[in-house]
Amino acid sequence: MLKKVLSVALVLTLVITTFAGCGSKAPAGETGPIKIGSIMPISGPVSAYGTQSRDAIIMAVDEINAAGGILGRQVEAIVEDDEANPEKTKSAFTKLVTDDGVIGIVGALTSKCSLAITADAQARKIIMISPSSTNDTVTDAGDYIFRSCYNDSFQGQVVASFAYKDLKAIKAAILFDNTNDYSKGLTQTFKAKFEELGGTVVSEESYATGDMDFNAQLTKIKGTAPDVLFIPDYYNTVSLIAKQVKSQGLTSTMLGADGWDEIANNAGDEVVGSYYSNHYSPDANDPEVKAFVAKYTELFGVAPNALAALAYDATYILTDAIAKAGSTDPEAIKTAMMETNKKFVTGQISFDAKRNPIKSAVMVELVKGTEPNKPAVKYAATVNP
Amino acid sequence: MINLKNRAFNILTLTLVSTVIFVILLILQYFKVISEYTGLLLTLAGIYVIVSLSLNLITGFTGQLSLGHAGFMCVGAYTTAIAIIKYGMPIPIALILGGIMTALFGLAIGIPTLRLRGDYLAITTLGFGEIIRVIIVNLDSLTGGAAGLKGIPTFSNTGDFIIDAIIRFSWVYIIMILVIAVIHNLINSSQGRAIISIREDDIASTSMGVNVAYYKVYAFTLSAFIAGVGGGLYAIFFGYLNPAMFGWLNSVNFVVIVVLGGMGSITGTIIAAVVFTYLQEWLRVFADFRLVIFGLALIILMIFWPKGLMGNKELSITGFIRQLRSGEFSPRQIKTKWNEFRQKKGRKKDGRAD
Repeated sequence: MLKKVLSVALVLTLVITTFAGCGSKAPAGETGPIKIGSIMPISGPVSAYGTQSRDAIIMAVDEINAAGGILGRQVEAIVEDDEANPEKTKSAFTKLVTDDGVIGIVGALTSKCSLAITADAQARKIIMISPSSTNDTVTDAGDYIFRSCYNDSFQGQVVASFAYKDLKAIKAAILFDNTNDYSKGLTQTFKAKFEELGGTVVSEESYATGDMDFNAQLTKIKGTAPDVLFIPDYYNTVSLIAKQVKSQGLTSTMLGADGWDEIANNAGDEVVGSYYSNHYSPDANDPEVKAFVAKYTELFGVAPNALAALAYDATYILTDAIAKAGSTDPEAIKTAMMETNKKFVTGQISFDAKRNPIKSAVMVELVKGTEPNKPAVKYAATVNP
Repeated sequence: MINLKNRAFNILTLTLVSTVIFVILLILQYFKVISEYTGLLLTLAGIYVIVSLSLNLITGFTGQLSLGHAGFMCVGAYTTAIAIIKYGMPIPIALILGGIMTALFGLAIGIPTLRLRGDYLAITTLGFGEIIRVIIVNLDSLTGGAAGLKGIPTFSNTGDFIIDAIIRFSWVYIIMILVIAVIHNLINSSQGRAIISIREDDIASTSMGVNVAYYKVYAFTLSAFIAGVGGGLYAIFFGYLNPAMFGWLNSVNFVVIVVLGGMGSITGTIIAAVVFTYLQEWLRVFADFRLVIFGLALIILMIFWPKGLMGNKELSITGFIRQLRSGEFSPRQIKTKWNEFRQKKGRKKDGRAD
């Protein structure tokens, strides 16, 4: 009997599945809510970023709707999960555009996922603004592709000039992941800028994603006695590396980039004294930042990370542009996007010719927290482009 | 003579049926009865069918567990993409080149691993898949490295999205039909029987005079070729390649499809590949619980259908038509069968009552 019921259930599933996508819903017309799509990794390896970004987008849309919406219409955000997998990003994109009829996309989060849909977004004239894809080539696909974060080459330069000018470092070492485009890109730009300024990169060691032991590389690096050690990777790997750096007795100042965001919650006192570049600092004395952090913390019970702030900004940049354009015509929105020049949570934002935001970066220092082994972040410096 | 007549009948009906299905799907897509999103999934499902069938040839028919099919697909995808971008080759030639390149890789890994079976072969192929991925990550100048390969031209660029979607679907569908035909004919030939005999017992088949080594490599190479063509289609379909798209988890997905459909069943694999592609997307309704439900569905299937959806049986269209023609489904026949069925049931109940 059970088998029969299951058979029927499965057959039904099959049939429903076949027609699930059929009969596309009414496209966005002149009435009804303005639909904005978002593609975020709600599950998968970087879900911590994806869920926070999603929450921030929904928070922004709720605020806009509470204030009366835009063009006299409500805004509807439709969030799809891509598991940080480019294949899923493509199908999510097609679903959002052809079935839901969205006019703009906030996403995708990781660069490789964004790159999988930029050509499609350009061809279909869908305004796409990625909150956090820092790879330089993301906006190359055309004039409908924007981002609200700075790109890797700017970030590498920021860290390099901070190291040379503020930390007075002359010898730098780099430990990077050579199977990760983000890590590789930062390594190149950091090296170029640091050497241009007059410093030398004394050692450049690499590993592969998923490696756990870095002692061999660190021993080599230790031999060159660098002033600073640049580790351009995400917080989970960095927390492993930092422990081994300390146990090796390497005393160079560690430097990182925005992938270090969340490191304070994932590492102990071994990271104290390190610096990393970020999109904003939650403790900055700035009314926009304070309001955003307070509201987000109240709603979701945790302090927002930088990616949440970027997603929040991206949503506002897009909706502001739609309001300014006065219509849902993609051409008009695109033009309005280019005219963006306003202060957002992550700083004053305007776009350059390649649709990258011209904005400042923040250097953050990791300091001892109130409890042992619970480091805190402290605003260190703002670096302007 | 009868055999020849049967054959002609088979070829005719199958060509007709696949053409009719093809035309219906095209019309449905053109008039947007099937949305573009569903059309995209159908196309993706087609690619999954191609690669899964190629895996079934090794795993289902030859009985060798391979966990490196994403690696084969990767070789095919990158070869095709590079052939098109760097050398401006037309799509059919690039696809065949992708297939041949992958077949060479299949040959290169098939020969040294001949003596390995089961788990050991699985580990070797798993390693192969990872090696391919790492090589591609490090060949920056050719493959774009970890940042991926961008700007692969799509099948067509007419400016009309529906027409483009239809052309894309047609490419995949036609190649899929060709692959099905090749594998089906192979399995039902003397070579196919030799291949199946290896799955059942390779010592016994050696003693019966089957050249086990030859047929293992043969199956491996052919499978790699088909997976390579599938990978090539995947590359053009996506327009963007990243080594992360071919991780070992993708290989596992193909194994799941083959096991789900039934090892050694072509129709089973086709059904499973389509269901697999659809289910993942359809479950979006359940948002965060999607992956849990997907896992549960697999567990339930394996408990109640341990041999997969189809076991090693096939759904046969020609067989069905023959039955129709022989009057098996005439009203009178159905009535008699129904009565027989009820009597049987009645007897069963009586039996229990005793």
